[in-house]
This record gives sequence, C-alpha cells and structure tokens, in this order.
Amino acid sequence: MSLRSPLASVLGRGSAKSGVSHWWSQRLTAVALVPLTVWFVVQLAGLASVPAGLGLESVRAWVASGLTPVLLVLLIGALAWHSALGVQVVLEDYVHAKGLKLAALLASTLLHALLAVAGVYAVLRIAFTTGSF
Amino acid sequence: MSTRPRPLSPHLGIYRFMYTMATSIAHRITGIVLSAGLLLLVAWLLAAALGAEAYAATTAVLSSVFVKLLLAGWLLAFCYHLCNGLRHLHWDLGRGLEKAEARRSAGWVVVGTLVLFAALAWALFIRAGGLIGGTP
Repeated sequence: MSLRSPLASVLGRGSAKSGVSHWWSQRLTAVALVPLTVWFVVQLAGLASVPAGLGLESVRAWVASGLTPVLLVLLIGALAWHSALGVQVVLEDYVHAKGLKLAALLASTLLHALLAVAGVYAVLRIAFTTGSF
Repeated sequence: MSTRPRPLSPHLGIYRFMYTMATSIAHRITGIVLSAGLLLLVAWLLAAALGAEAYAATTAVLSSVFVKLLLAGWLLAFCYHLCNGLRHLHWDLGRGLEKAEARRSAGWVVVGTLVLFAALAWALFIRAGGLIGGTP
C-alpha cells in the first residue's frame, strides 16, 4: 500500500489544461475566416469583372493596394491554421496505423507551415515591389 | 495478456442513416477539398510575386477547361463549408441542437449553398471578363 496521497500520485502526469485549445483555435479561426473569405471572394469577383482584371499587372496592383496586403496575410494565416487543425483531426480519425499516422501528421503540419510562409512571402514581396511610395 | 481491440471512432455502420449525417461528412470532405485549394491560392500568389513568366505558366494551367471545372467544384465546396460552418458556430453557442432544428438547419444549409454558389459562379465565371479567362 502506498502512503502517497491520491493528489501526489497524479501530479506531474501532464496537464489537462490544453484540452480545449485545439477546439478553441478551430473556432477562433472559423470566426475570423467568415469575413476574410467573403471579402476575398468579393474582391476576386471585382477583379474578374473587367477584361484582364486577373492579369499580372492588375493582380499585383490589387495585392499592393491599401489594406489588401494586411487582410491577405491574415487570410493566409487563418486559412493555414484552420486547415492544419482540420486535416489533423481527419488524419487522427481515419489513419489507424501508428507509424503512418505520425508520418502523415508531421507531413501535414510541415506542409501547412510551408504554405503559410510561402503565401505571406508572396504577398509581402508584391506589396513591397509594386507601385510607388 | 492481450487486450481486446478498442472501438475506434468513427464507427459509422451502427447508425441508421439520416441526411444530417450526410451534412456532417460533407463538411469534412469539403474541408479537405478546401485544404487542397489553399495550395492553389498560394501557388497563384507566388506566381504573381515571381514575375511574368511564372504567372503566365500558372494562368495557362488555370485556364484549361479541366482546371476551371475543378475551380467551380472548389467554389461549391467553399459555399457549403461556409454555410455549414456558420451552422456549427450556431451549435457552439448551444443553440439549434434539437433533432427537428438540426434537420431544418440542414435544409437551410443546402438552400444557402446553392444560392451563394449561383451568385458567385455568375460573378466569377459567367460575367464579362471571366475567371482566369483566355485573355490574361
């Protein structure tokens, strides 16, 4: 029989306090993505409404204009985060082989990080190299 | 000692099929489709950042009929995931969880998806100019 108290035997076994963080991040990014994605699609429709609106010059001018780069960076960040969390859950649910699951989760997380960084880099590069200051 | 294999989620076979289940699994499927769409969005922006040559190569791929169909499918997935996502956020507030309410909101999601898709497909594909048209 152990003389340790029930509390002592569970202390240091890891915190349960991160339990809702995945759920909460998913909702936080979902709420952010409602206005951001609607804004993006409306902007895209605006670009598409004129001839050559989706040509290189027109697209670069749009990306560099006003607060567009700020909103685009937010959009890419929220999309990548939301997508990473969603794909993670799907992989955890459907991939049962232990090694394959770990490999898939690693690949997904790294790919999402790559996409987020590449997207933000593209937006900033256009914003800083287009138009006059 | 060997342990009996524990039941793993999702064990779909044990439930009687309801169309609310279809809206649930469609949320996952459209989510995965949209994740693939993120790849496309980043490729498009990166091409625009890298210059005329990269952008021309990318728009050449994007303007093929096959990819345009993919883009239309992606737009449909977006409309659905947005509408059903709003339904999920509504549930997260603890509302609309009764069976009859969930069935009714599933119907509203389908209606909202179709209306939104029709409007956006018109604005992006059909109106003059056209998405990633033949004239870059």
